[in-house]
Amino acid sequence: MKVLTANRLTDGEAVWYAAGGWQETLEGAETVADKDGEARLEAIGAAAFAANQVLDVAVIDVVLAAGVLVPTRLRERIRAAGPTNRNDLGKQARPLAAPAAA
Amino acid sequence: MYRYDEFDRDFVNARVAEFADQVDRRLAGRITEDQFRPLRLMNGVYLQLHAYMLRVAIPYGTLNARQMRMLAHIARTYDKGYGHFTTRQNIQYNWPALSDMPAILADLASVEMHAIQTSGNCIRNVTADHFAGAAADEVADPRPYAEILRQWSSVHPEFSYLPRKFKIAVTGAPRDRAAIQVHDIGLHLKKDAAGKLGFDVYVGGGQGRTPIVARKIRDFLPEEHLLSYTTAIMRVYNLHGRRDNKYKARIKILVHETGADEFARQVEAEWAALKDGQLTLPDSDIRAIEAYFAPPPLTPRPEGDEAVKLARLDSRSFSEWLEQNVVTHRHPDYAAVTISLKGIGEAPGDATDEQMDAVADLAERYAFDEIRVSHEQNLILPHVARADLKAVYDELVRIGLATANSNLITDIIACPGLDYCALANARSIIVAQNISRRFAALDRQRDIGELKLKISGCINACGHHHVGHIGILGVEKKGAELYQITLGGSGDENTSIGEIVGRGFGPEEITGAVETIVDTYLALRSAPSERFIDAYRRLGPQPFKEALYAGEAKAA
Repeated sequence: MKVLTANRLTDGEAVWYAAGGWQETLEGAETVADKDGEARLEAIGAAAFAANQVLDVAVIDVVLAAGVLVPTRLRERIRAAGPTNRNDLGKQARPLAAPAAA
Repeated sequence: MYRYDEFDRDFVNARVAEFADQVDRRLAGRITEDQFRPLRLMNGVYLQLHAYMLRVAIPYGTLNARQMRMLAHIARTYDKGYGHFTTRQNIQYNWPALSDMPAILADLASVEMHAIQTSGNCIRNVTADHFAGAAADEVADPRPYAEILRQWSSVHPEFSYLPRKFKIAVTGAPRDRAAIQVHDIGLHLKKDAAGKLGFDVYVGGGQGRTPIVARKIRDFLPEEHLLSYTTAIMRVYNLHGRRDNKYKARIKILVHETGADEFARQVEAEWAALKDGQLTLPDSDIRAIEAYFAPPPLTPRPEGDEAVKLARLDSRSFSEWLEQNVVTHRHPDYAAVTISLKGIGEAPGDATDEQMDAVADLAERYAFDEIRVSHEQNLILPHVARADLKAVYDELVRIGLATANSNLITDIIACPGLDYCALANARSIIVAQNISRRFAALDRQRDIGELKLKISGCINACGHHHVGHIGILGVEKKGAELYQITLGGSGDENTSIGEIVGRGFGPEEITGAVETIVDTYLALRSAPSERFIDAYRRLGPQPFKEALYAGEAKAA
């Protein structure tokens, strides 16, 4: 299973693609499970990059664990949560935030 | 300290205005990321995992209280209340918005600071001994030459698009605290028999994926030839350095592949055409720059001896801090103080805005308005009267910066690693924190003695693991973090590259592996005075390999 992620142009915030737009949390991101879906996400990412909305666009692997989307790679789990040494920083520090990465 | 002249001020202000315009155009979508990326990098702006990162230059690691307060202000206003001091004597902010960059750079310019040439394939911030101007073993202050190199290299048209980044370090003492032999150019300032100043010139050192110790290509280059000879080196590199392969583009590869003797010959040939020309430094110019770095008025404070003696009787913790974090000054009534940014369990090199403000206050009150950043990610007050040491210590205790661990195993260098960095493969900070907590007991640390432990979260080696007595390199293997250990590295006047000891360790195992290595050293050292690095050089890797892996061999 894959989702589309990037960093927002204005402030570098990590964002994920969902429902026609970009959101600041991984939860609820649009998932795809086949090559066609992946190609569609890649096209959306490329268009958003070309439109100067986001940068560092990537389609990444996620799994569903206990009903929650969790990236396969630690790098992406840290992007989705925040630094593992400072739980008071990043998305994990916000209300209704993602769980800590590690 | 160096003060901007009109030219410096106009140049930095013009750059702020230029970059502000570039940011505006980027935010308006009028330039693409591909167009903007080289522009932002030239101004120290990176993109990391969570946000943009801004790297601010601290030339040769020297700053005053006003500048430190501005760094605190930026942390508070545009970031999340802290900054990260780096192994390049710079500071990085981890959370600034792109839209705030022009305001941040304008604030920096107001205190004669900037982020120019903190990234990109140019000559980066020139680093120097953090005890420059204070150390008892120093021949002369290296910073005037670092400043001359800064002025010469700033937007140098010929050297702004080198094959790869280029780092120069200068020391003025026989004991090398600037790690000059792992820099692209390392300069060792010394005096000849006649008392004239000049440099031993080292070239082609570096860490990263191909660690190489620099080769000395010239004994005693007279000081007036600094720029002509450096230009000759840069020209040979610019012409022959490999632009076809990013991983082979540093000057260390060129020197290694060409051979140091042949490389030196090419430099000499180029220099023959430059020597005694317009790049020759007039003595009056050198002395004028030197005057900016004139030592502060170190008035006699002979009461210091008695004050220190009494304070030591009164406080064991002060006594320990004094022994560990205070070093001899060339003036007997003064001392240089290391302010550890390695509190037990803290992220190495991080300081809060409040701590930065408090250090600025201390510098103003007790240290002639001077602060240094060391490449070991600590802060230094280079000139403190011994009579004031207790007052400085008490304030450091209050702000949580009195950890007495300079040069001990918890004085760890660590890069930001995977918690922040887009290049990293594994985390560094938590590894440092876990090791720090394991060895928290000061008596144990002091029994172990000097031990340089350095951690990098990827092969680019920002955490200097290759020159750690114990080096740790984080890699990603099968989706998990794995930590390789190197032993026997050293970044001083006896520079050596550490050797990989064996298979790597998982995040849960690495602290124990370090402890096994330390226990092996403690059991085998010839005397408590034999440092870890000396014991390793005597014993070789075998006893450490056996201690780490013997169980496996038997099991197999």
